[in-house]
Amino acid sequence: MNRKLSAALVLGIPLAWVVVFMLLPYGIIVTYSFWVKTYPTFKPAFQFGNYLTLATDPQYLQVLGRTLKISALTSLFSLLLAYPFAWWLVFRCPSQALRTWAYMAVIAPLWVSYLLRAYIWKTILGTEGILNSFLMSAGITSEPSSLFLYNQFAMVVTLTYIFIPFMVMPIYTALERIPANLSEASADLGMGPVQTFLRVTLPLSAPGIAAGFTLTFCLSFGDFIAPFLVGGPDGNLIASVIQTQFGSALNWPLGSALSIVMLVIVLGIVSLSDRIEAKAQTGAA
Amino acid sequence: MAAIIELQGISKHYSKTIIGVDNVSLTVEDGEFVTLLGPSGCGKSTLLRMIGGFEQPTHGMIRLAGQDVTTVPPYKRDVNMVFQDYALFPHMTVGDNIAYGLKSQGKSGAEARRLAAQALDLVGLSDKIDQKPQQLSGGQRQRVALARAIVRRPKVLLLDEPLSALDARLRDQMRIEMKHLHEKVGITFIMVTHDQEEALTMADRVVVMEKGRVAQDGRPQDLYDHPASPYVANFIGTTNFLPGTLAARLPGGARVATAAGMVTAETEVTLPEGAEATVGFRPEKLRLLAPGETAANELPARIVEVIYYGLGLRTTVELKGGAQVHVDTLLGDSLARSAVPTPGAEVRLGLEPHNVFVFGGRVAA
Repeated sequence: MNRKLSAALVLGIPLAWVVVFMLLPYGIIVTYSFWVKTYPTFKPAFQFGNYLTLATDPQYLQVLGRTLKISALTSLFSLLLAYPFAWWLVFRCPSQALRTWAYMAVIAPLWVSYLLRAYIWKTILGTEGILNSFLMSAGITSEPSSLFLYNQFAMVVTLTYIFIPFMVMPIYTALERIPANLSEASADLGMGPVQTFLRVTLPLSAPGIAAGFTLTFCLSFGDFIAPFLVGGPDGNLIASVIQTQFGSALNWPLGSALSIVMLVIVLGIVSLSDRIEAKAQTGAA
Repeated sequence: MAAIIELQGISKHYSKTIIGVDNVSLTVEDGEFVTLLGPSGCGKSTLLRMIGGFEQPTHGMIRLAGQDVTTVPPYKRDVNMVFQDYALFPHMTVGDNIAYGLKSQGKSGAEARRLAAQALDLVGLSDKIDQKPQQLSGGQRQRVALARAIVRRPKVLLLDEPLSALDARLRDQMRIEMKHLHEKVGITFIMVTHDQEEALTMADRVVVMEKGRVAQDGRPQDLYDHPASPYVANFIGTTNFLPGTLAARLPGGARVATAAGMVTAETEVTLPEGAEATVGFRPEKLRLLAPGETAANELPARIVEVIYYGLGLRTTVELKGGAQVHVDTLLGDSLARSAVPTPGAEVRLGLEPHNVFVFGGRVAA
């Protein structure tokens, strides 16, 4: 094979991939977002009506705000649960075998169907669920409570459960990369365990936290299964609205505009996190 | 001088059978430069880490300036450590690294920065204060690690193989610099090394360790000229060994019969006559005798091989009885070609009795 051809293939295959699977679909969505809906179909146009609707109709802003809140809470809870766990795994786990097993226990659910994992929480939190039967058998409540399911709390719990591996993995990696003798050096220089954590371990694991936060945030931001299964009436998230626009509402232009808004937000977060990581990298690596 | 570090019967058992440090007692005087020398796995680093507080002894007591610190955590001990790979904080500048330990002492930011600048000046890196450790060379990082440790004015500075990560030329230079630094700051230095040359050149006192125990403790010259055991004789410098039997005890010495001939030694000997003994002598203490020249011990030999290494010659000779020993000769004059022996030549080796060691038993070569 001549060099020109192989060079063309090396560059051409990824380029074709990007064009077919990224630029083209996004291009179509962007185009749609400027179209006009004329029930029962839509026609090509170039106008900002769809975006205007999103900006002015409080319904959409409310959903957007709620989605941001749920995603932020999910990321926060994931962080609060994942960080101590990852820290324990790296610094305090008594044996390598236990470390491997504990790490696998966190990662393994990723191989189980997403739908199933979301559905599990329906059975835990529901009126006939495990949580209620436990509370009743323990005598804490006398009748099943419907407080746990079909609300934002249930969504945060479910999303946290589903996406926490994406928080554990980068934090674990970041902590593992911190040389053990840095903590010793800090102790040697007179700093107690708390100061050592705040001044050495935490700053050096910041890239892991940023990466984990970005992953869990973006994944929950685009989720529509959890709101569908455990969300309830006030649990509409932006992805479910988009789904509705492309489905029953049959308003592809508005759905496309909403998708673009969502894409911009996610890209904004990713680039922000990139910048944080890059800053930490120039400091650390 | 007062004792700054007292180790009393320190042991570290990792399990019933794995013993890192075995009943070590050691006193270090204030202001001394002591090295713990031994091969890897001899327990020297563990001992150092116990003095630093990073590991707890299974038995024994550690005193620092008279106070029992055996169970005191590292951040409350007035000692500082220079780690083998320096352990500089990668997310902080050089200045912040050095000021780190001053902040924990409650010094203000400005004061800490001033002292940090002073310490950097001491190691000759004043212009690097705002750089990150990864922008520095290995030797510079080493100096920053030193500055970070001495800036707190600890009672004792612990150094864990501080020069092992540097290349040979830089290592030689840092040896001298660290010795000067020790003289300048007056802090007690305890250094761990596996490099005998490093131990001999830098320290006032060398503690040779073997399998968790102290094999010998003394000034570098004493260790070199009067090794207490074949292990020490072999670990510090090179030694030729010849097996034999103690033929006679003399006032202030002994005669040992070997296959190569009778060897007279001027050394304290406690063995009974007739006991198995091994004589040892340094390659550079042997002389190739010129015709007519005499020595107290004369051993006939045949040249086997001559290796030229610039500074001098290392000659391998075969003694009577088949034992091969090394003879080191300095070439003091580049024109002295006639001094170069030729393989196969019959020669006589001269050895003065005060240069001979006598050990009990046999030594595995």
